[in-house]
Amino acid sequence: MRREIPLLITGIVGVVFVIQYFIPHYPFNQLNNWFSDWFSIIAACAIWLGALNLLKVSANKIYRKREDWGFSIVIIVCFLIITIIGFAEGEGFRNIGTKFDWLYQYVYTPLSSTMFALLAFFVASASYRAFRARNFDATLLLVAAFLVMIGRVPVGDAIAMKLHLPLSIYPSEISSWIMNVFNTAGQRAIMIGIALGIVSTSLRVILGIERAHLGGD
Amino acid sequence: MLKQILVYALILALSLIGYFVITEPIILGPTASMVIIILIALVLLYILVRTIMGSFVGRRTVFTFVAIAVILPFFMTVDQPIKVSPEVQQLYDAVMALRPGSKVLVSFDYDPPSAPELQPMAESFFALCIERDLKIIIMGLWPQGPQQADLAMQTILREEAFAGKSWKYGTDYVNLGFQSGNEFVIQRMGGEIGSMFHNDFYGTPYDSLPLVRNIKNFSNIDFSFNLSAGYPGSVEWVQVAVDRYGLKMGAGNTAVQAPQMYPYLRAGQLTGLLGGLNGAAEFEKVTGRKAKGTRFMVSQSFSHVVVIAFIIIGNAAFFLGEKRRKKPEGETS
Amino acid sequence: MEQQIGLWVGAFLTMGIISFLYKDNPWYKLTEAIFVGISAGYWFVALFWDNIVGKFWIGVFDRGDYYLLVGAVLGLLMLMRLAPKIGWISRWPLSFVVGAISGFYLLNYFSSNVMLQVQSTIMPLFSPQFNDPLFTSSAGNIISNLFIAGGTFTGLVYFFFSKEHKGAFGGAAKIGIWVIMITFGASFGYTVMSRMSLLIGRMYFIFGEWLNLIG
Repeated sequence: MRREIPLLITGIVGVVFVIQYFIPHYPFNQLNNWFSDWFSIIAACAIWLGALNLLKVSANKIYRKREDWGFSIVIIVCFLIITIIGFAEGEGFRNIGTKFDWLYQYVYTPLSSTMFALLAFFVASASYRAFRARNFDATLLLVAAFLVMIGRVPVGDAIAMKLHLPLSIYPSEISSWIMNVFNTAGQRAIMIGIALGIVSTSLRVILGIERAHLGGD
Repeated sequence: MLKQILVYALILALSLIGYFVITEPIILGPTASMVIIILIALVLLYILVRTIMGSFVGRRTVFTFVAIAVILPFFMTVDQPIKVSPEVQQLYDAVMALRPGSKVLVSFDYDPPSAPELQPMAESFFALCIERDLKIIIMGLWPQGPQQADLAMQTILREEAFAGKSWKYGTDYVNLGFQSGNEFVIQRMGGEIGSMFHNDFYGTPYDSLPLVRNIKNFSNIDFSFNLSAGYPGSVEWVQVAVDRYGLKMGAGNTAVQAPQMYPYLRAGQLTGLLGGLNGAAEFEKVTGRKAKGTRFMVSQSFSHVVVIAFIIIGNAAFFLGEKRRKKPEGETS
Repeated sequence: MEQQIGLWVGAFLTMGIISFLYKDNPWYKLTEAIFVGISAGYWFVALFWDNIVGKFWIGVFDRGDYYLLVGAVLGLLMLMRLAPKIGWISRWPLSFVVGAISGFYLLNYFSSNVMLQVQSTIMPLFSPQFNDPLFTSSAGNIISNLFIAGGTFTGLVYFFFSKEHKGAFGGAAKIGIWVIMITFGASFGYTVMSRMSLLIGRMYFIFGEWLNLIG
């Protein structure tokens, strides 16, 4: 019961999607529509699950007075503030001028953007400390990175212009060639490799051979 | 703790000075800019010598240089030649080939963290569409996408160049909003777009919007442009909308994602690609509307040069240090 | 006024995150906690209105799409994961999701990322038609195509681990790893570009939008 039903669900749903690819007509298109709507609702609940779990973990931290428990209060309070405002404002909660939109523009946007922007500093620091031409392979990687970095910004061409280099070896031309030829070849090899992996894993999942998603017991 | 409070107080003081004392924008002339560049180069040279001598600078020094490389160019007057790459030109040509009144579907699949790269692309693309009188249908597979679209459209409509245009919501552009379900949404849209978007972003029923009322599926869309920062995004659009339903599509991607899109570009699955802020600047150049993309390229150039300088310094130290280490061994043998 | 307050709040939060560069400190921890709470809340609210109300509630009660009730039941079963005793039942919706994605990916990936990529890698050198020019493309394009074909093939050879990388096969794998290295180098260059762009965006907010120092 605990394993058979999930296996059956996976198999049926997977097969319907495969058939629908070849026969996009009734009843398979109908089933496809139903399944994709259910998928959206489940996806929403999965994200709700994540949010509720966050609240549970934070509340637990406060209750047990673990290290930095005060910040868990901030998490819960902020969650409640945006949730209450979002629910109170109704369906148009995202419209410009709403309180929810204010929170989006002046709290959510700066925080999320800066969190990712911080990586710029660490990329630079790591490049200085760890990016070394230790062997031929690493040298290729380093040279390609160098050429792309200098070629994708105007300063590369500005320097080439000052040095009166031929147009065909301008950094922008070289980086464009690297991207369109070597990068395309490498990405394509990786892409085909990953796709074949996905195809075989999907087949194993649909046929019930791969059961990792069902967990233990 | 005291040290921390002092640092906080210093930041507060600097902020207050910046906000209340310096009321005029700072503009550095070409000479001052050149002097600053030379000074930075000299300090980097000093770091090179220090590192070769075996003393690595701390990470905070690297952080400071990155900050300087990003911030200072905002105040400088530096002109840089921007060259348009073939993939950007291809997108521009594809849009220019569309007849006035053509319907363009723009999917906003990103959130604020990627806005510095993708928002300038969105704005330039909207500007070009409005200029060419192309009808825009906006949607998003990321919940924040349609909000970013709204911001981009407002920015463009506020611009002087478009002040005289009577660009109306519902007939000239619509924002269908966000729909969850990732690639399944794209697949359903291939059958019937209205089945995924019963109402638009503001709650108006799909059938009440004159622009989309008669649009059934992708076969009624003339061109599509996807702004993407990851999953779901351009890959899914290519796989489903382009390969299965034959939609013609161009893409604007974050620089992290762009290299993965080149195989699709080469295979003709994508019609043009804007990669990162550089792609945005090139698109601004080709469309003739200089905005944030072009402006930020000076900072982008400086920051790249600083990263490259630090890579060179690190490697110079590595090789010279290696030689120094090997020498005594050679002498003993 | 609201905008001014917003700019100050945004600047406070931005600098709080940046303060991490100095070291882990209470200001950073505070902004991090706000970020976690606000972003979880954002998704919670957005999915409530878009999916639960927009898709499910209106679908069932306005349009009479009763099949959506099954989706709601599966969604509720997913939430059962929070109750340890009956948590196992969340495997049902999970297996539905896994099945849907597997079925969907199986052919989409095979078609777009395998078949079409192979097709566009193997390009003809000579024109098949009698009166066409001898070669299909310009010399530069043909050389590029040959590089792409060779690079893709050797790259795939490198990823083939069922045979020992020795002899000619090993040589091809060696070339493959060179191609992959160049690819990673290019990706690294683009990653630097991306991260710097994001930082530029934030710094523009501080110095341009908030402090108004940029002309």
